[in-house]
Amino acid sequence: MSANPSEMSSPQIPAESLSLDDAIANLKQTEDPDLRYYAAWWLGRFRVNQPEVVDLLVIALADESSRSPDGGYPLRRNAARALGKLSETRVVPNLLASLECDDYYVRGAVVEALGELGDKIAIPKLLSFLDGGVEAATMMPGKPHLREPYDLILEALGSLGAAEAAGQIRPFLEHSVEKVQYAAARAMYQLTGEPRYGEVLVSALAGPDLQLRRAALMDIGVVGYMPGAEAIAETLAENSLKLIALKGLLETHLQQSSGRALTDEAIHAMDLMDDLL
Amino acid sequence: MTASSASPQLQPLLDKLHSAGTAETVRFAVEDIAAAQLVDAVPILIEVLGYNNPGAAVAAVDGLIAIGEPSVMPLMELLDGFNYGARAWALRALAGIGDPRGIDLLVKAALEDFALSVRRAAARGVGKLHWQEFVSEGDRVAAQSKALDTLIQVCDDPEWVVRYAAVTGLESLGQRLEDSLIGELPKLTQRLEAIVADDAAMALQARAQLALQRLPALAS
Repeated sequence: MSANPSEMSSPQIPAESLSLDDAIANLKQTEDPDLRYYAAWWLGRFRVNQPEVVDLLVIALADESSRSPDGGYPLRRNAARALGKLSETRVVPNLLASLECDDYYVRGAVVEALGELGDKIAIPKLLSFLDGGVEAATMMPGKPHLREPYDLILEALGSLGAAEAAGQIRPFLEHSVEKVQYAAARAMYQLTGEPRYGEVLVSALAGPDLQLRRAALMDIGVVGYMPGAEAIAETLAENSLKLIALKGLLETHLQQSSGRALTDEAIHAMDLMDDLL
Repeated sequence: MTASSASPQLQPLLDKLHSAGTAETVRFAVEDIAAAQLVDAVPILIEVLGYNNPGAAVAAVDGLIAIGEPSVMPLMELLDGFNYGARAWALRALAGIGDPRGIDLLVKAALEDFALSVRRAAARGVGKLHWQEFVSEGDRVAAQSKALDTLIQVCDDPEWVVRYAAVTGLESLGQRLEDSLIGELPKLTQRLEAIVADDAAMALQARAQLALQRLPALAS
């Protein structure tokens, strides 16, 4: 549910705007927090998977120096996001340790990174956030968010294929926050392949909230729920997003049927894409 | 804008649009205007493309395409001043109408526009021009030749969705190639085969494979 359409459809940021050496130097220094913050983002954005970069990001992930006025750790957030993009599973223990951070947004970024890195070793710790079930998953007093980033936790558990988590995830289909419901449906579909969970996402495509419709588009694409293809094409949202969603759907389908001739479903998905161009 | 000069058929539809208060009621009003297919609705339908209301824009594009030829000049005249979201919709309308006069705009946009949604719509349109509407066979052959070169070039676009549009364009063009250009068909199919073999996006490989399946078998 973290789909950010403006990010996905933005024109490419010219890589030349910062050299790799500059970026590494900026991440290493501590005098200018803004430069360091930007360098962390940049290195993740361009997936600079080098041992030195990874080491520096791990240091940034535990940074104490850069604090926002509300007590948050902006550098840690960016470091976590970058580490999620570098496919380096040796940082998983560092990420797991960062789940203790009292900044909600750091925890969210870390959870996402753990889902992206795909190391199942993260499952028990992620699952522990669901202790207490839906009843405990309430709003954080005085904050505009829940106590934990439940939507991201559910999604990560789905991405990690945490079949053992299904029993704890399912109740979140009834959570009062829609975003959390859909995250639970997405995870449940990934874990069970049962159409009823895909249909929950399809129903979100007809909802009144554009942000939720956009997120559901991406979710259906990511999980590869092929019966949702038609509904994607008909959703009231930008064609560029519908095309990305259908591409995800198509590619998940192609991976599952690799080596064979194009299926009718694949052709249907492509015909839908053609009409959105 | 056109309130004073609107036809009796259009006026009540315009009133409905102007009194619409939500994105949804705007869309409904635009759908009604589009369905009426009135030539004097072209300016308002073009205006709707800039509303930042995707549902309404889809309806307006459909309406402009249905009206067809009378939409072409106003669209071409207004294209320059548009913000890029609206330009993509306007290009989609032009692409959907397929009028020969749009070819230069579509070719230029497919190759050069900075907005990928515009390049995408334009590439699609280049392949789907209404070739039978070119006045002479000479014009038609020259236009197809230009379209072919353009689309082959667009297959190198860095954005997958633009390449995807180019592949669909090559498919349409390949199905309607003039007899005198049949010798160019191998150039077209070789480009598609290269995409099947090594495009970075799996969806592109599949779409190029589908295009090859749908093209007439080569005589050779």
